[in-house]
Amino acid sequence: MVGSAALIPLVTIPFVISLIALSLPSNARNAEAWLSGLTTFGLFVLAAMQYPLVEAGGVIRNELRWVPQIGLNMAFRMDGFAWLFTMLITGIGFLVVIYARYYMSPEDPVPRFYSYLMAFMGSMLGIVNSGNLIQLVVFWELTSIFSFLLIGYWYHNAAARDGARMALTITALGGLCLLAGMLLIGQVVGSYNMDDVLAAGSMIRGHKLYVPILILVLVGAFTKSAQFPFHVWLPNAMSAPTPVSAYLHSATMVKAGVFLMARMWPVLAGTQEWFTIVGLAGMATLLLGAFFAIFQQDIKGLLAYSTISHLGLITLLLSLGSPLGAVAAIFHMANHATFKASLFMAAGIIDHEAGTRDMRRLGGLFSLMPVTATLAMVASAAMAGVPLLNGFLSKEMFFAEAIEHHADSLLDSAAPYVAVLASAFAVTYSIRFIHGVFFGKIPDDIPRHPHEPPFFMRLPAILLVLICLVVGIFPAYTMGAYLNTAAISVLGPEMPYYSLSIWHGFNVPLLMSLLALIAGIILYGLLKSYLATSEEGPPYFRELKGQRIFERVMVSVSWRWARLLESWLGTRRLQPQLRLLSAIALLAAGLSIARHGVPQPQLLLSGTDLVFAGLWVIGIICAIGAAYQAKYHRLYALILLGGAGLVTCISFLWLSAPDLALTQLVVEVVTTVLIALGLRWLPKRIESTDQETTFEARLRRARDMGLAVLSGLGITLLAYIIMTRQAPPTIADYFVENAYSGGGGHNIVNVILVDFRGFDTLGEITVVGIVALTVFALLRRFRPAPDNVDSPEQQLLQSQQVVNSKDPEEAAKAIAGDYLYVPSVIMQWLFPVIVVFAIYLFLRGHDSPGGGFVAGIALAAAFILQYMAAGTRWVEERLRILPVRWMGVGLLFAAATGIGSWVFGYPFLTSHHQYLTLPVIGKVPMATALAFDLGIFSLVMGATVLMLIAIAHQSIRKLRAARLPAAAPVENA
Amino acid sequence: MELVLSLGIGALVGSGVWLLLRPRTYQVIVGLSLIGYGVNLFIFSMGRLRVNAAPVLPEGGIPDPAAFADPVPQALVLTAIVIGFATTALFLVVLLASRGLTGSDHVDGREP
Repeated sequence: MVGSAALIPLVTIPFVISLIALSLPSNARNAEAWLSGLTTFGLFVLAAMQYPLVEAGGVIRNELRWVPQIGLNMAFRMDGFAWLFTMLITGIGFLVVIYARYYMSPEDPVPRFYSYLMAFMGSMLGIVNSGNLIQLVVFWELTSIFSFLLIGYWYHNAAARDGARMALTITALGGLCLLAGMLLIGQVVGSYNMDDVLAAGSMIRGHKLYVPILILVLVGAFTKSAQFPFHVWLPNAMSAPTPVSAYLHSATMVKAGVFLMARMWPVLAGTQEWFTIVGLAGMATLLLGAFFAIFQQDIKGLLAYSTISHLGLITLLLSLGSPLGAVAAIFHMANHATFKASLFMAAGIIDHEAGTRDMRRLGGLFSLMPVTATLAMVASAAMAGVPLLNGFLSKEMFFAEAIEHHADSLLDSAAPYVAVLASAFAVTYSIRFIHGVFFGKIPDDIPRHPHEPPFFMRLPAILLVLICLVVGIFPAYTMGAYLNTAAISVLGPEMPYYSLSIWHGFNVPLLMSLLALIAGIILYGLLKSYLATSEEGPPYFRELKGQRIFERVMVSVSWRWARLLESWLGTRRLQPQLRLLSAIALLAAGLSIARHGVPQPQLLLSGTDLVFAGLWVIGIICAIGAAYQAKYHRLYALILLGGAGLVTCISFLWLSAPDLALTQLVVEVVTTVLIALGLRWLPKRIESTDQETTFEARLRRARDMGLAVLSGLGITLLAYIIMTRQAPPTIADYFVENAYSGGGGHNIVNVILVDFRGFDTLGEITVVGIVALTVFALLRRFRPAPDNVDSPEQQLLQSQQVVNSKDPEEAAKAIAGDYLYVPSVIMQWLFPVIVVFAIYLFLRGHDSPGGGFVAGIALAAAFILQYMAAGTRWVEERLRILPVRWMGVGLLFAAATGIGSWVFGYPFLTSHHQYLTLPVIGKVPMATALAFDLGIFSLVMGATVLMLIAIAHQSIRKLRAARLPAAAPVENA
Repeated sequence: MELVLSLGIGALVGSGVWLLLRPRTYQVIVGLSLIGYGVNLFIFSMGRLRVNAAPVLPEGGIPDPAAFADPVPQALVLTAIVIGFATTALFLVVLLASRGLTGSDHVDGREP
């Protein structure tokens, strides 16, 4: 598979394998290793096969359309640079998989390890092969997440958990900045496509948003690549299993940051800002990392700081903005990946065999494990930049660049000195590692007696060290063509001249190398005795614990500041929130009206009917009356509320909405019944006994009154403005024209509900059903307040006068039976009438006002009337209503009608209609929409009955009062 | 007609907002119901007011959209009425439960 077809499997296969790896049994060490190893090797070969296509500036692209309307596509893109990285990720990944097979202990749950590792690999491949900026960020964040899981793999270990959390916090925060930067780039360029962005370099550099873009993108890259001051996470990530460190800190993760800087190099580099920011960060990281590395006692800690320092070197090279610098940076990325991976592997072997990584407790291992020692020595020499090794070549290029003149600044003048100093440090810590571990005498307190590991555990390191050597000796034959390919895709066709060879004659860079080598050796000689017993960490600086600073910041941001903000801005009281909400709504509408003014009315319904006006005088009195009475006279308020509802209902009827009027009428009835049932459980509140109103309360009321009056006036104005303007053309015309021909009904509103917008209706009745079930569930655990548990006063009086029976059940029945005797007889007689009326409403719904909603509520009203007339017990002895079943059947029926149209090959809820002639009744419309309406009917009926009955039942349950906290309720502090 | 209905909507919403800002749960439920009426009428009026133009098609003939009131807001309001009932019921139950659990009918579940 060569070309665009290969890109998608290259990125997606690791994720698939990750899922498979997760599902294997936890002791399947060999199966996991074979699965991951073969996959990774396959991906390596697959990537290698793409080389002819990316050579000399070629690009492979593949795009999956996702939401093309807004420029969102899954775009994969591989050029020479991405190819080089793909090779590193899969190649070193393969070696890490082999190594991990021998490193991980049989007790470790390996499926999780290999699964995370494969997913991480897929995310890395996704980053380097993304052809879309947003997609790149998505994969970028995925690497943050999977590295978190990998670092925290031994989650029983507190250091691993803390290290993982810190890595995630820092790199994911950088990822967010990167996302913001990418969005800005997308705004500037008008596209998120990598090719478009790479071609728009001068446009971005000239844009006024350049500096924000630069800073945001760089924060992303610096956090990932552990650049100063974001480097603190990397040493803490060393609590990960060593294969993870070998992978994350050589070829992947930290390289993602420098990869991004090189990727965006043609777009962002070359300006003074770039030079200053990137150069400063790179130089500081290079020097501090190398200096700190000298004083580490943990081998992995030393390697971690060395990694930081080498990343600083790459960053510094990229900061120069010169093409040669970029070539050197790319070369060093590959070189560092090879020698650092092999060094981590060696560190893991030492840890594995000797049981410790502390250099104070190690020594003289050369005699016990000569092969490992040789490997580590060669790799360390590459790290120190000794000739004949690959690290030497890129370091020479770095020195050559450092002495070039790039910009008139202190930074540029300081570069050569910093370079030599950092290289000397590198020599020192490399010697320290080798000398401290492999030479000297073997300490007595070494935890385990070390010997050579299995051959296959060494093999990955052997291969990597061989690469270091071969590239170091024959650079032009081995690495030349590939480096050229990678550099072309970053720099474009105008490549600078450079030559890869070990001998360039006696020149300044060689002199600098020699100087660094000698200085490093002398420095080690001076520090040797100090280091043998010193504490972990560099002198003075070790007091400055990065981790502690990080924790302090975290506590401040996520806890202290959050609490502070909440105490300033938050409230647990409802009224201020609602007040704010109303005020904001008022302000928003007010501003809009103020800006556009009040337009002249265009359209007026001729004249004003005096009856209609009179009706609304009643309506307004009812509304204000309800507002006035709601505190002390709840029943009055309820009646007045009903009055306002009735006026609303008549207005619907008046203004050509018979369906609404019908529905409003029946809903009004059940709402009133419902609230009336609830009144019993509210506390008594008597006006005369309430305490005096204070001045503050009056002030508060005046303010609320102002808000209410303004809201009322505002909505009056808004409604009037809209109502008196000509309506724009709407979709209504379509519905009117097609209601009969398409939906088979005359009642357009009903056809819209059950046919055109049937899916919405299905959602709505589902909501009604859910609400009803919630009401039911809430009431099952209902505990009334203690002052509501006794029977109402009227029932108590009745029971004294009428009933002599001892049995409380009998007494309750008798009281219910005697109550409102005449109305209850009428209500019982009305039952069949209302049932027939409901059926009538339902059947005519498709052609005339009516339908499932109103019929359902009407039938529910019929049931609740019986409850009111004869009492709960009387009804339930004679009538079994199963509201939950009605609801279920209704929902299933409605859904089945929709699904039924699939059987005939139509989309969901397509309706079919015809007329059916029945004996006696005559012609009956028989649209499938009617079946859907039947579902609505059944569900609405069930839901309404369920809610009403659930509240009604509370009166006959044997109620226990809720235990109230004594005196005032305790405040949750 | 428009002015009358607008004033009506304003009175409903104004009374509702006043009640919404009161401290007792019962006041809030009445207020929400009043706002519900007002909002339903407001949405309904977005289709503009028509008299004697119910959106029910006569038998036969090709329908003329200009002859009928706008059915779309009506369909919206119809479901809104039913859902409004359901949410009123839910709120009622929540306020009863809150009263039972805390002993207070204050909206914050405790007396100020």
